[in-house]
Amino acid sequence: MTIKRRTFLGAGIALPGLAAFGGRALAQQNNQPPAIQFDMGGKFDRSFNQAAYDGAERFQRESSIRYLEFEVTNPTQREQGLRNLARRNPSVVVGVGFANRSPLEVVSREFPQIKFTLIDDVLDAANVQSVVFREHEGSFLVGMIAAMASRTAKVGFIGGMDIPLIRKFARGYSEGAKHVNANIEVFENMTGTTPSAWNDPSRGGELARSQIARGADVIYAAAGGTGIGVYQACREAGKYAIGVDSNQNHLHPGTMLTSMIKRVDVAVYDAMTSARAGTWRNGTRVLGLRENGVGWALDEHNRSLITADMERRVNEARDAIIAGRITVTDVTAR
Amino acid sequence: MDDTMATAMALLAATLRLGTPLILAALAGLFSERSGVVDIGLEGKMLAAAFAAAAAAAETGSAWVGLTAGISVSIAIAMVHGYACITHNGNQVVSGTALNILLVGLTSTLAQAWYRQGGQTPALPDGARFRPIALPLSDALVGVPIVGPLWSTLISGHNLLVYVAILAVPLTAFVIYRTRFGLRLRAVGENPYAVDTAGISVAAMRYQALIVGGALCGIAGAYLSTAQGAAFIREMSAGKGFLALAALIFGKWRPLPTLLACLLFAFADALQARLQSVSLPGVGVVPVQLIQALPYILTVLLLAGFVGKAIAPKAIGIPYTKEK
Repeated sequence: MTIKRRTFLGAGIALPGLAAFGGRALAQQNNQPPAIQFDMGGKFDRSFNQAAYDGAERFQRESSIRYLEFEVTNPTQREQGLRNLARRNPSVVVGVGFANRSPLEVVSREFPQIKFTLIDDVLDAANVQSVVFREHEGSFLVGMIAAMASRTAKVGFIGGMDIPLIRKFARGYSEGAKHVNANIEVFENMTGTTPSAWNDPSRGGELARSQIARGADVIYAAAGGTGIGVYQACREAGKYAIGVDSNQNHLHPGTMLTSMIKRVDVAVYDAMTSARAGTWRNGTRVLGLRENGVGWALDEHNRSLITADMERRVNEARDAIIAGRITVTDVTAR
Repeated sequence: MDDTMATAMALLAATLRLGTPLILAALAGLFSERSGVVDIGLEGKMLAAAFAAAAAAAETGSAWVGLTAGISVSIAIAMVHGYACITHNGNQVVSGTALNILLVGLTSTLAQAWYRQGGQTPALPDGARFRPIALPLSDALVGVPIVGPLWSTLISGHNLLVYVAILAVPLTAFVIYRTRFGLRLRAVGENPYAVDTAGISVAAMRYQALIVGGALCGIAGAYLSTAQGAAFIREMSAGKGFLALAALIFGKWRPLPTLLACLLFAFADALQARLQSVSLPGVGVVPVQLIQALPYILTVLLLAGFVGKAIAPKAIGIPYTKEK
């Protein structure tokens, strides 16, 4: 996997001593266990956190090193959770989710000798590696699939918590749908404005039913555990749903059209493996279609729903995005 | 016009679906509070019942076994609450809150220990859930104006527990106002000394009220995990127990006004799901944040301006002791 990297060295704002430490990791093996902090929603949300869990499990299987973990069940625990993990001198502490940014800022300063990897947001510090994804690119592709599968020319999007990150999914999806059919109607709903919006399947189901009532026949949910309710409602109504983050096609074969895969598992696995091998670097990794960091899922569960023509057009668009011929708007771009 | 009608009916049908757990829990609270026991533990009982129902339904493949398990667990918890605050005169709010906190942790811990899916239970197949029931004629009437959408969308096509919740309201009103049990129940909540003087055990009355409340709360929990949803998910009650309690106070501890309060909350919730990102005539697209605040704004406005004073049962929250 190619890695696009902006190190501190390049930015040239760090102290020379720190830059030398941060830019060039010490190339020696570190067999200390790595640590990971899962976010609200839990490591079995069958979506974002579960992808991170899969990556950590893969590391554990291959290295036989047991990782340390903490599952946040309340927003106030994040900082203390990270601190407790850092105190045990792990090879790296992986903070899963954008909400770990502020706590990580504090804790990474308290433990300058510990390496931290932040997933889904950017934090510039000598001992922090940030991994962000170009979710809008993957969402563009599933938006195209939604538009091609829709018979009513109406498709839906259901987000979890209303934050810029989720708006990024929504915008990419809508642009992808309009790329196929300029007149398509895209309904957009957000579940809530607090973290409980990641874990409210009954409201997710209700939002899905409301979109179906307005004519939507494909619904994309980027809402963590809330999505489970969306997929259930779609299955009951016989409409298509699109999964997110993990490959969720297996949840309801037949009505799960596809999933927008975000390789959080790879990011976590890479962070743990590189920390062990001594090749871990600070700075920012941006994973998009080009790096296979995002994509769409095609497996035995949705094979029969995706026609050869759909597959060809989506793959063409993917190549065009990678080549820069199609630009997908990133609403979070600074 | 037809379109407007269909939208309105879909909105009202969503109100019923969202209102069902609130109605059941609020009626549960009504029994308990009318007997003088503050029922802050509605949330915890509902959550525990949701877990028990989902687990039992997943194990046996039967929604009915699930419902029975949900009701039993909810009643058992109500009895623990009763033991603390009726038998031992403990503080009702403190013991209820303790149960709430305990049950949030206990349900997800047990779910994790048994199923290893991060505090969820396995997704239930259709046979192990309460499925929508199509009432007779719902297909035949679809095309008929006004009556068609009213019958087919609003009244038909809900699961059994929705109808149970609606029927529970007149039943509760009958029991509370028209039976001997109801009279004693109300008396125990207003003036337990008088009831005691008349030779009726205050403790027994309050325990009975808690059993009825526990059963209703158990149905509410089973609804969440085996009718509306298809699995137990950590903290899935999401504050509905507290909302039900608010509706009960809002409805001044009376069955019909409480029903209306529950439906109002549910309507606001259903409305916000449908108003998001819709362009309203003359207003344009309203920001999501404002729409999502709608149920709460509505509640504050109504509580502040239109409801008048809510007078609680006189003896509520006070443990009964003979010596005083």
